[in-house]
Amino acid sequence: MSRSPTRDFLVGLFVLAGLGAVAYLSVNVGGLSSGGGLHLFAAFDQTGGLKPRAPVVISGVKVGQVNAITLDQNYRARVDLDLEPTLALPVDTTASIVTAGVLGDRYVSLQLGGEEATLKPGDEITFTESAVILERLIGKLIHNTDLEKNGEGSTK
Amino acid sequence: MTTFVHDLGWGAMRFIDELGKLAIFSARILRALITPPIRVRLFVDELFKLGVLSLVIICVCGLAVGMVLGLQGYNTLARFGATESLGAVVGLSLVRELGPVLTALLATGRAGSATTAEIGTMVATEQLDGLRMMSVDPVHLVVTPKALAMIAVMPILSALFIVFGLFGGYLVGVQLMGVDPGSYVSSLESAVEFTDDVLGSLLKALVFGVLVGLIATYRGYTSAPTSAGVSAATTSTVVVASVSVLISDYFFTALWGV
Amino acid sequence: MPSSHQHAAMNSTVAGDPHIAFSGVRMGFGDREVFRSLSCRFPREKVSVILGGSGSGKSTILRLIGGLVRPQAGSIHVAGEDITRLSERQMYRVRAKLGMMFQGGALLDSLTVFDNLAFPLREHSSLDEAAIVTEVHARLDAVGLTDVDQLLPGQLSGGMMKRVALARAIMMKPVILLCDEPFSGLDPISTKRIEALLVGINRQLGMTILLVSHDIGSTMRMADWVLLLLPDGAVEGSPAELQQSRDPRVAAFLREDVEDTDFSVEVPPLPAQVLSAAGPRGVS
Repeated sequence: MSRSPTRDFLVGLFVLAGLGAVAYLSVNVGGLSSGGGLHLFAAFDQTGGLKPRAPVVISGVKVGQVNAITLDQNYRARVDLDLEPTLALPVDTTASIVTAGVLGDRYVSLQLGGEEATLKPGDEITFTESAVILERLIGKLIHNTDLEKNGEGSTK
Repeated sequence: MTTFVHDLGWGAMRFIDELGKLAIFSARILRALITPPIRVRLFVDELFKLGVLSLVIICVCGLAVGMVLGLQGYNTLARFGATESLGAVVGLSLVRELGPVLTALLATGRAGSATTAEIGTMVATEQLDGLRMMSVDPVHLVVTPKALAMIAVMPILSALFIVFGLFGGYLVGVQLMGVDPGSYVSSLESAVEFTDDVLGSLLKALVFGVLVGLIATYRGYTSAPTSAGVSAATTSTVVVASVSVLISDYFFTALWGV
Repeated sequence: MPSSHQHAAMNSTVAGDPHIAFSGVRMGFGDREVFRSLSCRFPREKVSVILGGSGSGKSTILRLIGGLVRPQAGSIHVAGEDITRLSERQMYRVRAKLGMMFQGGALLDSLTVFDNLAFPLREHSSLDEAAIVTEVHARLDAVGLTDVDQLLPGQLSGGMMKRVALARAIMMKPVILLCDEPFSGLDPISTKRIEALLVGINRQLGMTILLVSHDIGSTMRMADWVLLLLPDGAVEGSPAELQQSRDPRVAAFLREDVEDTDFSVEVPPLPAQVLSAAGPRGVS
């Protein structure tokens, strides 16, 4: 049963390369997380099509992703965020759902507040700005234009 | 007309008969898996023959397919002004379908036919009978390590195919066509999901590995003990395994997406 | 078709307590029937030769004894057990007592000679490597081979390959040795050498040997018992009995031996086209 040790080495390399490829695809590309990040959540009236795995961004830099979006008991959208564990976010940080470009994908942008106390894991980000729905905006615009035309003054 | 119906019926019965024999053969392999001794040495040898030796063809083809996807994807997306989603297009195509399916087809041609030919030749030269006469089960010694290795190797090769493909798409999209590298990567990462896509892809590759492994070893084992018989068995492996992969791809995709 | 078999002599003590016995065995492959109802016996601790023309089913008998093929009817007793009743797994137990030397050697072509011989020991015994080396070299000595350990089967000459196959067959000390055409494709010297080996193994180890051959000369030299397969039945007996047989078919078969210097078959004249073909060597 004499087989060359080179073969064994190559097989080992092969398996390692394969596992490496699988790991890359799972974690980097597929976003599999070990769950070790900073978990926060925020409630929104409107997510506007925000999807799980959408990026969470501070000053344009990705710091985490959206884990899950569920309906809470007040029928608002509860968005669970998985962020880098080293972040120190003040308790009055604002979370807004914004769009990449005009017609692009939604993502969450965090605006830091000024308080000294920071959010702990599992805390809620209380200051939120819901997504702007383009159709409603247009609808409002049309409605306002109609009111103006009928001489009723401008509405907000 | 009646002969046609007769032949059809006969063909159907033979097909079901073959399916039954394949099932029995698979049961023998399963039983061999839990019977000692465990043939680690042979398993590792087969990993080398089926996996390591297939690396070149898998990586080269992965790169080529990725490059084509990059090109075609770019041309199509450019029409809609959406070229920054190229990463997503290349990634989803590779991960969901092209990675596991093309890898399985390439592996069938290279590793599957080699396996069938090797076992078939052993039948023709009475080596399997020799093993039986020495009270060694040829399924345990020869077939099982080969089948198991094929199953283990398929997801690995598929993952490598996909990675090389993503790189090929990057080469064409970013270096050649000028797509922003950050967009390529971020659209790729946001479009491809672990549970829906990557996990499904790996499981698909595993299922294909089972199919190709079983078909290749069965055909070799049951080949007629002549050189014409071995040759017929080898071509049969390539044909049957390829068709099975493609058909089961549909069913797997439909079921996984549920 | 006349009745299935005849015994050449009634009081042949050689076949007293048979090691192997066939009874009413019917065997065929697809449409081709090989045996209609074969009954025969092979004596213990003797050398038996199965003779017959090509396609007469000689190799099939060995395969039946080894359980590699199953008969359609009849029973086969090997060392006291009816193997037709046994499952494939149970056959492995019976095969532990058998050793088979295949016509093509059937050595595992990806293993060296040493590994081929060590294979049954590594599978079925718990000997350590040093003991295995001793056993393997003992068998190689017994068949007269040296320095072949690291060769692959493909690198062996015909005679060497047969001897390695023989060494492997006796590796696990079987009580019955089955040899399928051990002399085929060999020159006369190698043939004599293998003959001597087989006879030596039989005399010194008391191993029952069954071999298939079409070489009448070596059969008569080696055999204690002969089974002659004729197209319409089988005849068995000691070589002397067969040679003195009055049965015309037996006599006709035995006359085809190597001492004949005349062609006993008519050689028809070659067709005119063949003779007149003009070519580099032809006379046009």
